[in-house]
Amino acid sequence: MVAALHALSTWAIPMFIVLIPLYAAFRKVPVYETFVDGAKDGFSTAIGIIPHLVGMLTAISMFRASGAMDMLVAAAKPLFARLGVPGDVLPLGLLRPITGAGSLAFATDLIKAHGPDSFIGRIASTIQGSTDTTLYVLTVYFGAIGIRNARYALKVGLFSDAVGFFAAVFACWLLY
Amino acid sequence: MVNWIWLGMIVFSVAFAVATGRVDQVTEAAFSGAQTGVTVCFGLISILVFWMGLMRIAEVSGLVLKLSRLLAPVVRWLFPDVPKDHPALGFILSNMSANLLGLGNAATPMGIRAMQELQKLNPHPETATPAMCTLLALNTASITLIPTTLIAIRMNFGSASPADIIAPTLLATAISTGAAIIADRWYRRRSGDPPAALPRPTETAGVAPPKGA
Repeated sequence: MVAALHALSTWAIPMFIVLIPLYAAFRKVPVYETFVDGAKDGFSTAIGIIPHLVGMLTAISMFRASGAMDMLVAAAKPLFARLGVPGDVLPLGLLRPITGAGSLAFATDLIKAHGPDSFIGRIASTIQGSTDTTLYVLTVYFGAIGIRNARYALKVGLFSDAVGFFAAVFACWLLY
Repeated sequence: MVNWIWLGMIVFSVAFAVATGRVDQVTEAAFSGAQTGVTVCFGLISILVFWMGLMRIAEVSGLVLKLSRLLAPVVRWLFPDVPKDHPALGFILSNMSANLLGLGNAATPMGIRAMQELQKLNPHPETATPAMCTLLALNTASITLIPTTLIAIRMNFGSASPADIIAPTLLATAISTGAAIIADRWYRRRSGDPPAALPRPTETAGVAPPKGA
């Protein structure tokens, strides 16, 4: 089962790359010209995201460097300990929605320090693997099409992150 | 809400830095953060250019339409205000399947293509539509079958069974995705958008563009 899933994940991309043009050629689509035509849009889309991402990452980077993040974690630790959440994984839960690279580094550190098969190592892996970086996804997806008013999207994203965090701890309690 | 979080992070960081004597570090962090933003976008260029080229082929050849018809009932329940057979549905499906397989590189361009298609249905181009919010909710919760990166990291640190986390990840991601869908539905209903409102009549007169945005 696991091996099959792995194989699927390894083969999916090469399959996409070869089957899409093959099918299109079969339907008499000029594949190369169509590719170039569509690819043009990719550049402007990526460039369009720059102001959004620079704005967001500047604020996040300042927030972490100021030590405000650490204070928040220290304040929340006792509360979470009572809910059965090991204190070591709490910063990961707070970092996860705001920075993908930051939380990945933190999760890797936890896995390294406690061992990948320890309880904390497993919780860290599960938290990191089960959700995406909400602020990044919001910035990139809405930035790409010029949406300025995200309405309730951020609230929904942060709510599901909170649920996902507790679900990850719960899943590890349940399964190990 | 984004405005407040952004302002809050900046003001709080500077105030905290002044109180703890970390002003230098915070100033430096501001510019290194900006630099990271540009670096990440430059990294996205090659990925977006490649996948958008490939996806244009998929679109022109009719594959996207086929895909959107395949799983139409599920997607139509999630996105009731997207017209039947609209290309957005095909891209939404490709985006969801790429997420399931843990193919982050492919999922992002597909999600952006879906957003671009949804934007064509948007009567107010600077305000997110309910369908966009739903797509975003699905992507932030990002239902995952195979957490590829984490399995690789665990392998790296000598785990006895690196793929062991597939089960708890699947459970956690299913719960958080469920929560995202429920919350999205709740807000969608509360925001009072009619389920199929394209284009929205009469309302336009009262909607002012966001000030100073």
